[in-house]
Formats: sequence, structure tokens, C-alpha cells
Amino acid sequence: MSRRFRLCVLALGLLAFAALFTAACAELPPFGGDRHPYGDRAVHAALLRHTANTVSAVNFDQRALDTLGEESILFASVLGTVVLLRQTSDEHRTVPKPSPVPDRTRRYGLLALPVTLLIGLYVVAHGQLSPGGGFQGGVVVATAVHLLYIAVDYRALERVRPLGPYEIADAAGEAAYVLTGAGGLLAGAAYLANVLPYGTFNTLSSGGTVPLLNAAVGVEVAAAVVVLLARFLGQALEIEGDEDRGEGKG
Amino acid sequence: MDDVLGGLALLFVAAAATAAVLNRDPARQALVLSLLGLGLAVLFTVLQAPDVGLSQLAVGSAITPLMILLTVRKVRRIGRGRQAEDDGKGRSR
Amino acid sequence: MSVLPYLVAGWIFLVGVYGMATSRDLVHAVGCLSVTQSSTYVLLLAVGYRKGGSAPVFSDIEPGSRPVVDPVVQALALTDVVVGATVTALLLALVVQIAKRHGTTDPDALSELKG
Repeated sequence: MSRRFRLCVLALGLLAFAALFTAACAELPPFGGDRHPYGDRAVHAALLRHTANTVSAVNFDQRALDTLGEESILFASVLGTVVLLRQTSDEHRTVPKPSPVPDRTRRYGLLALPVTLLIGLYVVAHGQLSPGGGFQGGVVVATAVHLLYIAVDYRALERVRPLGPYEIADAAGEAAYVLTGAGGLLAGAAYLANVLPYGTFNTLSSGGTVPLLNAAVGVEVAAAVVVLLARFLGQALEIEGDEDRGEGKG
Repeated sequence: MDDVLGGLALLFVAAAATAAVLNRDPARQALVLSLLGLGLAVLFTVLQAPDVGLSQLAVGSAITPLMILLTVRKVRRIGRGRQAEDDGKGRSR
Repeated sequence: MSVLPYLVAGWIFLVGVYGMATSRDLVHAVGCLSVTQSSTYVLLLAVGYRKGGSAPVFSDIEPGSRPVVDPVVQALALTDVVVGATVTALLLALVVQIAKRHGTTDPDALSELKG
């Protein structure tokens, strides 16, 4: 297929999509409208279960099975990335030389690290109350760890980041979610049913299983992002293929 | 007020998405992508979705561009290594 | 204003697909895919928006005192933002593998390799 022909096919497809989509937009309920039947019911159900952040209630209670699927996609893609970016037998590792870090960067980084870590943990813990939760907080926690690379250097990052425990934590988060779901079966209800007492509205322990599932996701996401970035950093900075040695010879 | 801010955020997001696609150099594209992530986070907050805005801010403006930059670095290193190898072979022949 | 958000979502989708199809570099194509993904978030949140509504979080407002926007679409978009990033990571890992095996990330050069 020539490039020109391919572009023609592409243009045809894009134009057809644009025409159909624009026509569909005219039929969609107008932006900002007042009719949200699903939303209203979801809010009602969330309040019945004493969960202040209704988005978390949808994610970890009403649609908990869907989140299990999403989480499994996350788990599988981390697994795939780890396999694809592993060190093969024809590659070797070189430790990158430490480079001097400006004092200001170092001070800022070392100051920002604990603050960011704390914010991340706060966001995970308060997922059932205020905006946030395991998905967002997990990413923030993982980012905080990498401030060490900016503030000090790569070897310092490697010292606080033994990959093994993080890989185990990733799997443990996934397992905790599955087992919490099975708790529903043991209690005689459906899988992932919210069987714990709902607690007092707008307190940390409210929402039944929502905080537990939230924490499981937080652990998994934080570990997953740390493992992913570690693999990419390893490939970009440390691992060299056999062909790279050609540089030295030539 | 919200309408104006929302409209501006929408137009910024559309422009940033276009710029991200038209930047053919992946390293520069990563920077535009992080701008796009920032714009999306603002837009989501204006649309009263702070949860989504938060995760977009963390992921879209930091993690994804970082991974793209690291991939670019790795791919360039592989390319350089291959070139050096080819040069070496040419000289020895 | 009433259809602008929908049209912007459609535009982001179109631009992203155009970028992927005409890309000369797989890393760039993955970047375009994440652009395309973000169009779905814009569309979902636009559908769920309610004029004058506040965020569906009741930690600081009395339940029932104000209209809130749709939390269902937000939950859908929220999980996908994070999960989408890890899928992007998987694709980038594939690109690194392709670069290692074939020494190029140009999709056209790769299809020539196959013959």
C-alpha cells in the first residue's frame, strides 16, 4: 500500500467520523443539562452507605468489580513491562557516574520529598471523604520517592528502592483487593459486596469496605509506578547492549 | 466566570493536543504532552471533577512524559551504539 | 457553548488518530495514543457536567443542599487515567524491544524489513 493511498483511506475515515460525530453531538443532551439519572441514583446510593466522596463510592462500592478489572489491567501491563525491559544475557549494567547537584535543587528536593510523601499518603487515606483515593495518591507517593533522584543522585534512589519488595507490594495490593472481595462471599453476600459496618458519615472509618479497597489500590498503584519508572530508568541509564561497547573500541 | 474559564481551558486543551501531535520530535512532544496534562487537569477542575483532575495532574503532566523521555534516551543510545558498530565494521574491512 | 466541549473531544480524537496514522516514529505514535485517550475523558466529563453543580463530594457541603455533577462518569475517567498510563508504559517497553531488535523505530522501515 503506497503512502499516498494510505493517506486517502485515512482522510476518508477521519472525514466520515467527523461528520457522524458532529451529527451525534446535536442529538446529545445539551452540555450542562439538568438530567443525570445515573448520577442522581449513584449519589443517593453513596449517601446511603455513608461515603462522602461519591466518586470513591462508585469506584470501590457500586462498581467495585469494574475497578477489579481495571486494576488487573494495571497489574498485567506492569508485569508485561517488567518482562520486556528485563536485562537480557547479552546486556550488561554500568552504574552511572554521580553528577554534582546544585545546592538549591538539593535543598528543595529534600524538603519537598517528605511533604510530597505525606500528601500522597493523606490523599490515599482520605479517598472516601475528599477528592483523591488510591489511584491518585498512589501516583503521588511514587513520584515523591523519585524526588531523591533529582535531589541527590541515582544511586541514592536505588538504595531506598529495593525493587523486590515493591514488586511484592504490587502483587499484594492486587491480592488484598481480591481477598477483600471474597470477604463479601464469606459474609454470605455477593462478591465485593460492602459487608462492613458503614460507620459515621464523614469520618475516616466510614464507607464500609471502601477505605480497605482504596488502600489496596493505593499500595498497588504506588508500587506499580515505582517498578515501572525503575525499569525505564534502568534501561535508559544503566543497561547497555553489546553493541554499545563498540563505542569504546572505535 | 466559570463559563469563560471553561471555554478557555477547552480551547487550550484542543490547541495543546494539536501541538502534541504535530511535534514530530518525541522529546519535544513529551514536553507538550505535559502541558496538555496540565491543561486537562485545569479543565477537569473547572468541570467540577477534582478527583479526575488530581490523577490527570499526577499522571499526565509527570509520569507519561517522563517515561516517553526515558524511552527516547534509550532508543537514541541503541541507535548510537549501532552506528558505532557499523563504523567499526567498515573500518576493519 | 452548548456543544463546544463535545466538539473539542471529537477534535482531540481526530487529531490523535491522524498523528498515529501518519507517525514516522513509534515513540511519537504512543504519545499520540495518549492524546487520543484524553479525548474520552473530555467527552465523559462533558456529558456528566451540570450547570451550577458542584463536585460530588459531601465532606464540606450538606447532602441535598446543592446539585452535584455526575460521579459515575468521573469514576470511569479517573481509573482510566492511571490505568492508561501503565498501558502506555507497556507500549513504550515494546518500542524499546523493537529498537533493540531492529535498530529503528520508524514503522515504515519496519514493514520494509519484513519484506
